[in-house]
Amino acid sequence: MKPELHRFHGGLRLDGHKAESLAGGLRQASLPRQLVLPLKQHIGDYNKPLVDVGDRVLKGHLIAANSSLICAAVHAPTSGRVSAIEARPVPHPSGFTDTCIVIDVDGKDDAAEPQLRDPSTLAAEAMIQQICRAGIVGLGGAAFPTSPKVSRSRQQGIDTLVINGIECEPYITCDDILMRTDPAGVLRGVGYLQQILAPRVTLIGIEDNKPEALAAMREALLRAPLANTEIIAVPTVYPSGSEKQLIQILTGRQIPHGQLAFDIGFLCQNVGTCRAIAQALEQDQPMISRIVTLSGDNIADPGNWEVRLGTPIRDLVAQAGGYRHAERAHLVMGGPMMGISLAGDEVPIVKASNCILAMTRETIPARPGHHDECIRCGKCVEVCPAQLLPQQLYWHSRARAFDQAQEFHLFDCIECGCCSAVCPSKIPLVQYYRAAKSEVRAARKAQFKSDRARARFEFREKRLALKKQQDEERKRKKREALQRKRARPGQESTVEADPVQAALDRVKARKQARRDEPS
Amino acid sequence: MSDAQLSSPYLSPGKPVGALMLQVVIALLPGTLAYAWFFGPGVLINIVFAVVLALAFEAVILKLRQRPIRPHLSDLSAVVAAWLFALCLPMHSPWWLVAVGIGFTMIAGKHVYGGLGFNPFNPAMVGYVVLLISFPREMTTWFLPIEVSGQSLGLADSLAFTFGAADTTGWDALTAATPLDQIRTAVGQDIPISEARSAPLFGHVGGKGWEWIALCWLLGGIWLLVTRTIRWQIPLSLLLSVVAISALFYGIDSERFASPAFHLLSGAVMIGAFFIATDPVTASTTDTGRLLYGAMIGLLAYVIRTWGGYPDGIAFAVLLANMCVPLIDYYTRPRAYGES
Repeated sequence: MKPELHRFHGGLRLDGHKAESLAGGLRQASLPRQLVLPLKQHIGDYNKPLVDVGDRVLKGHLIAANSSLICAAVHAPTSGRVSAIEARPVPHPSGFTDTCIVIDVDGKDDAAEPQLRDPSTLAAEAMIQQICRAGIVGLGGAAFPTSPKVSRSRQQGIDTLVINGIECEPYITCDDILMRTDPAGVLRGVGYLQQILAPRVTLIGIEDNKPEALAAMREALLRAPLANTEIIAVPTVYPSGSEKQLIQILTGRQIPHGQLAFDIGFLCQNVGTCRAIAQALEQDQPMISRIVTLSGDNIADPGNWEVRLGTPIRDLVAQAGGYRHAERAHLVMGGPMMGISLAGDEVPIVKASNCILAMTRETIPARPGHHDECIRCGKCVEVCPAQLLPQQLYWHSRARAFDQAQEFHLFDCIECGCCSAVCPSKIPLVQYYRAAKSEVRAARKAQFKSDRARARFEFREKRLALKKQQDEERKRKKREALQRKRARPGQESTVEADPVQAALDRVKARKQARRDEPS
Repeated sequence: MSDAQLSSPYLSPGKPVGALMLQVVIALLPGTLAYAWFFGPGVLINIVFAVVLALAFEAVILKLRQRPIRPHLSDLSAVVAAWLFALCLPMHSPWWLVAVGIGFTMIAGKHVYGGLGFNPFNPAMVGYVVLLISFPREMTTWFLPIEVSGQSLGLADSLAFTFGAADTTGWDALTAATPLDQIRTAVGQDIPISEARSAPLFGHVGGKGWEWIALCWLLGGIWLLVTRTIRWQIPLSLLLSVVAISALFYGIDSERFASPAFHLLSGAVMIGAFFIATDPVTASTTDTGRLLYGAMIGLLAYVIRTWGGYPDGIAFAVLLANMCVPLIDYYTRPRAYGES
């Protein structure tokens, strides 16, 4: 049976620019002299470094461990010596530096001994443990740690497992090349996810602009069939690779506002993540490398490389023949629609680096404030896959009317960039929304802090008032007791009340007695 | 490389505003040429003069507002506004009439609110309505089609008239009210429409010449739809609402109310539906809102035409609908993804 495909609202048909990077097949990137591994390459909390400067590490060694549940461990991608643990530039939208473990590569590529187990005999919990130990994150670009996502999905129960081989952004072809070169590996990973989650049905979505990948995957599925698993060619419309949109295309269902995919019984995993799961379970291989597309109009020899994590982008660019126009180079990590600008090419490849785009500076978008005014043409409304009113959002975001912006569903924006791409006034709409979101988040945080501070202050005030009240109560009681004693006349108290008189009386009595004696 | 603070998307953006406006200008050409064909070159003088004045006004205002001049002039919005305004004027208008109208269009219609994108009212309609209220005689002196009067003012005569150097004695014979106005007057005097329509001014369906010009606006409108410069909601709902209400009254009494076809091809309905009501800045932006907005203009225009004091109602209807746009937009927000 062939499931009926559904459409999502809006979207764009973009020039794919896929052929450039597919020509050369999949190449192995050479080992650089130094690897720079950020402690945090995922969405979530920081890892704890387990090595010290001077330590020798082997390929596959755990060098930074999870500090919390939402975390993904980091392993040494090759053998060498830790030469520094320090702040280095990392891929970050604000060009931040962050703590990195720097390894001087010795070139021997000595590996730690893998602990091989047959994954088909493992219990689901043990498999999730292994995925966690391997430091696997979603390889589609968002880099959310995989083990907590799978674990939570298992608790909630999964009806439909969605495997994302869409790769809808222009230029990026790392999933395409993976499905062409190792479809069996991807499908074995899918099989392990089925073993963990026992979904009713598995849908593998691949965009129809990748006929070779579709054919390779279908052939691999024929050779090693999986139960209730369907490979579906999806029309090429950006952003069909977005989780929400892909689920809508394949099943016609929308994730209700404020919920996540597993709340309605869906789990979405990228094809690259599936292959990484297979490698982790079968070969005990942690996440130490990934396929990276290096493309863009400013790179001499675009292509796909299997790259060790931590490799400086500069080294990769050199292997791809360098820049065409070095002086006008502008680097982006991710695709042109949702990628982030990089501060420079010393930044390393991380788990989220699906693509490095070397562009010329001419493609840099306008800055907020340096554009024409909105003419309310509504082209953004037509293309918005979240069915929002981008021009109203822009109006309120720009006016800093964040309450109204939220009323127009600011936080439902998936930042796909369709609105910016069609805007005739060249307004960097998504930049306005990102700024508005971060202001609202900051305000919420500040509100939370001030609420907590107020609660603490009020509690303290209350406590002090209570103490004062108790003190006064105590004093009052004491005073009252004293007054009561005074007010009540008692025999013994009168004697004690006038000791002087008593003494005088005694002396008088004694004198009287002496006078009486001699006579 | 220090552009890290810049964020995606990094694609060369879509067609700029100027390209959209250029499509509108292209779509205006067939109707404008038909206009000149049926009524003589006076309309072209109006357009050229209005466009030049509008650009000059805009440049001066931008200078006063200390805004960059060239990028704002090159968005062609002033050209389109002036062109539409000029098409609303009687074909031979004195220069001062055009100047006053363009002044109001650019200043009171556009720049007092902050320029393109911020004006709540259609600028061309603001300028036109100011003239219609202030100078009713000049604004209702329409020349007959060449076919009816048998003579036309040449380019030289038209220029001379516009700039006040012409001897205008005997020109009264060349002017008359518009067909739409004549129907209204006839109905007011209890003359049946079938009788009023036998005057030489009337053609197959609408006014002589006018009906063909209206079809040319329709042609231009289709071009705008094909090039996706405008969406279909506003023109469709506007035209349908005009047809619906005029059919209703035509059905009730065809001697007192003109036919739907006459209404569609008379006055500013066609140009209004495709060129005026679709001004993005002042129109509703949601799909449902656009349907309501178009229908509102169609209904109001019919009411003003039929029972109001002015020969046509599109301009007033557009301005009244403009006022309702924020309300319409607020109550017609589409259901967002995942919203129940």
